[in-house]
Amino acid sequence: MLPGSANPGAPAPATPRNLPQRGGEPNPSAAAIAAKFGKSFVRSEVIWGDTNVYIQASAVSEIIRWLHDDATQQYDYLSDVTAVEFRDAEQPLEVVWHLRSLPFRRFLRVKVSLDKRAPLAVDSVWPIYKSANWLERECFDMFGITFTGHPDLRRILMWESYREGYPLRKDFPLRGRFSRAEQLRQALSITTEGRYSMEELSVAQAFEDLPEDMRRRLAGGERTGE
Amino acid sequence: MATKTRTVEVALGTAGVDSDGRAVRTPMTVTENGSVTTLEPPALGAAPELAGEHMLINIGPQHPATHGVLRLVLELDGETVVRCIPHIGYLHCGFEKIGEYRQYNQVIPWTDREDYLNSIGNNVAFSIGAERLFGVEVPPRCTVLRVIAMELSRIISHLVWLGTTCIDLGAFTPFLWSFQERENVYNLLESWVGARLTTSATRVGGMAADIPEGWTDQLRHFIRTFPKTVDECDRMLTKNGIWIGRTTALGVMSANEAINYGLSGPMLRASGVAYDVRKDFPYLDYETYDFDVPVGSNGDVYDRFLVRVEELRQSTRILAQAIDRLPDGPVNSSDHRVILPPKSRAMSDMESMIHHFKQVMEGPRPPIGEVYVPVESPKGEKGYYFVSDGTAKPVRWRIRPPSYVNLSAISKMVEGHLLSDVIAINASIDIVMGEIDR
Repeated sequence: MLPGSANPGAPAPATPRNLPQRGGEPNPSAAAIAAKFGKSFVRSEVIWGDTNVYIQASAVSEIIRWLHDDATQQYDYLSDVTAVEFRDAEQPLEVVWHLRSLPFRRFLRVKVSLDKRAPLAVDSVWPIYKSANWLERECFDMFGITFTGHPDLRRILMWESYREGYPLRKDFPLRGRFSRAEQLRQALSITTEGRYSMEELSVAQAFEDLPEDMRRRLAGGERTGE
Repeated sequence: MATKTRTVEVALGTAGVDSDGRAVRTPMTVTENGSVTTLEPPALGAAPELAGEHMLINIGPQHPATHGVLRLVLELDGETVVRCIPHIGYLHCGFEKIGEYRQYNQVIPWTDREDYLNSIGNNVAFSIGAERLFGVEVPPRCTVLRVIAMELSRIISHLVWLGTTCIDLGAFTPFLWSFQERENVYNLLESWVGARLTTSATRVGGMAADIPEGWTDQLRHFIRTFPKTVDECDRMLTKNGIWIGRTTALGVMSANEAINYGLSGPMLRASGVAYDVRKDFPYLDYETYDFDVPVGSNGDVYDRFLVRVEELRQSTRILAQAIDRLPDGPVNSSDHRVILPPKSRAMSDMESMIHHFKQVMEGPRPPIGEVYVPVESPKGEKGYYFVSDGTAKPVRWRIRPPSYVNLSAISKMVEGHLLSDVIAINASIDIVMGEIDR
């Protein structure tokens, strides 16, 4: 549990200095992945002192599970899940996992390249790390990547009825896809139920219990008190 | 006509409820003219069926105890939370998207507005990350000034946390004390960078400004007086029965759960995991400072409070060491790929003029690459992840928001607790919605 406990002989951590852009000491986990998952391992590189490991999309769950469980790896902490889309439209979209091993004080960046012409889908790591819950939801919300196996893959920062697409994709213009007039029109036509999803709250029957006039107003999308 | 004397004895005080949740009634005795009659309690009917009646409570988005525009939908069984569904995104501004259309130095003002209680700390975190991407080293004076900036902003953030949490739990006085001290720190920042909240104090490769003359004396004065306030708040709360009652055994996260849920900062350390980025993945030469990492044992709201109060003291220790070692010299890197050369040289020296022109017209350009540099922000592990394709604007600028990940565990923490405890647990996460929604 104590950071560094699995590797007591290691020198005390220090602020890195004069890191080379490429090359340097690779994280030993990269070679371990290459040896154990030969076919699913694509390549690895060291960049500004951090190790990137590229793996096949089909092996994400398996390899990250192994990195989490294996006693020689112990990547117990998931810092971040995110994605990168490059300006060059030909380049594949990359999904990035930032893994951290507290017992070994190691940091590993695992990457998967997704072809943009195919459906964007990759395994969820939620069964391994609960922290992936919102991180994957955000990645889905912003990039449209489906994380298969995620228990509750909904939009998180944008609202449920958001129709303009995925904001962090490069084909999404900075000011939004729709004109201001259309954005305003959509904002004004939002129904109460769109915002306060009755189904999600499993109180759909509560709607039936409301007084008749209230039901009529809600169903008609009428806004009150605004 | 003789009056009858009639005495009725009723056992006072409720003996509690039985296993079905029905009130237990004690038998009454009635003494009438000497003869004692014991009355049996009236037979209770069938227990009312309350189990199926769940109530929905909507807290927020506009609610003072949610510390911003957080909306919590709570399903209650009586007063116990059965389910909690958090909704966020009301403050979403697309910082990451905007960052892809700005040069690196132009992104720095956005970092102020993200975790706005830690703005100068975000500036520093951004610059450290960008400098690694550019391959630039900063002079020692800049490094020490940045340590001072980070610890001052940690003090600000923890003081706001302390004050607002006290208000949430009904203690008003520590709020005034901590906000008074926060004002002192803001005065220090104002005399350094000219702004209180939105500091934009750093640049890639240095600082916007060196500290003014006499500033270290003001800081020394603050370091002398500040621990007194911390001690006062400590005395007021730590052994206060009401405070302990409202905070202990709430929102408990075990060490393994805390790691698995990705908690960081005081939230993680309160659960007994001594993970502090300053110690484990140091930056800004933090390994050369002498300070302790406070760790809790129970992982409840009370431990989070203790950890944060102790961190205030440790930050003061770091500040004292930083002033003592503050070296003389420039605050900006001499690498003119990122820092403008002096105006006089730009007008007389050909190379400086080219650098000046390139920087102003195109902006500094990092080589192709990517970095993720985590720092220990007051909320936890904050990191900026940059991906560069060699142009002057990042391809991807990602904020790893600590309070976003910390907040994602709120459902786990509040379920099974009472409604009034939700406020305490939510306060203990120390959320800033600007950072969560970005």
